[in-house]
Amino acid sequence: MDWQGQKLAEQIMQIMLLGFAMIAFVAGYVLGSFQMMILLYAGGVTLTTLITVPNWRFFNRHPLNWLDPSEAEKYPKPQVAVSSKKKAIKK
Amino acid sequence: MHSFGYRLNVLLTFAVTILALMCAMASLSDNLNTPSPSAEIQIMNINWFQKQPQGNDEVSLTMNISADLQSLFTWNTKQVFIFVAAEYETPKNSLNQVSLWDAIIPAKEHAKFWIHTSNKYRFVDQGNNLRGKEFNLTLHWHVMPKTGKMFANKIVMTGYSLPEEYR
Repeated sequence: MDWQGQKLAEQIMQIMLLGFAMIAFVAGYVLGSFQMMILLYAGGVTLTTLITVPNWRFFNRHPLNWLDPSEAEKYPKPQVAVSSKKKAIKK
Repeated sequence: MHSFGYRLNVLLTFAVTILALMCAMASLSDNLNTPSPSAEIQIMNINWFQKQPQGNDEVSLTMNISADLQSLFTWNTKQVFIFVAAEYETPKNSLNQVSLWDAIIPAKEHAKFWIHTSNKYRFVDQGNNLRGKEFNLTLHWHVMPKTGKMFANKIVMTGYSLPEEYR
């Protein structure tokens, strides 16, 4: 996913979960059935999982431009500096 | 939200947190219920009334218990546990409570009932104080929820008494 996609996924997830929770609670209370509340909520959680968790295409509409590997080869990778420190400690 | 596992974790933890909130709200909604239960107990017969070898009085009685406890049930009620206790005073104890009978009511449909029964549990005194004793019969109930707080209350019925002599 790209950055926009991640934000979208988070928003959809929060709104859908809270929305289904409210619908499920009201439905359960009005119908007088605790079971109905749990079933509706479980259905809502499953639907939300299917929509927001997998890496769907519409979450990647603004893809990031990663540097091409052939471009990266042209420039030297930075070295870790070790030798100068060893000489200073020995004295 | 950068990986599948991360999104799944966020979703599951948020979903479970919301579920906990829903259960709390369901339990709070029980406070909106104003129950109006009623009950009546008649003692049909004193089957026998004797002093046991250990020196304690014991009595066996047959009761007719009728009650309407339908208003106790809410959408968040799993079952209602009820029991009948005999309460009386003795020189040794300021309050004696002896449980005589109990039952579990699993659904609202079964909450309006009557039952003709002898005492399920033995009515034994700590001593021999029961002759001519006046006692109360209380019907206690515990409304056990599907989630959250349990409510308990009782109805006290007065005016019962045991015979003056053993039989």
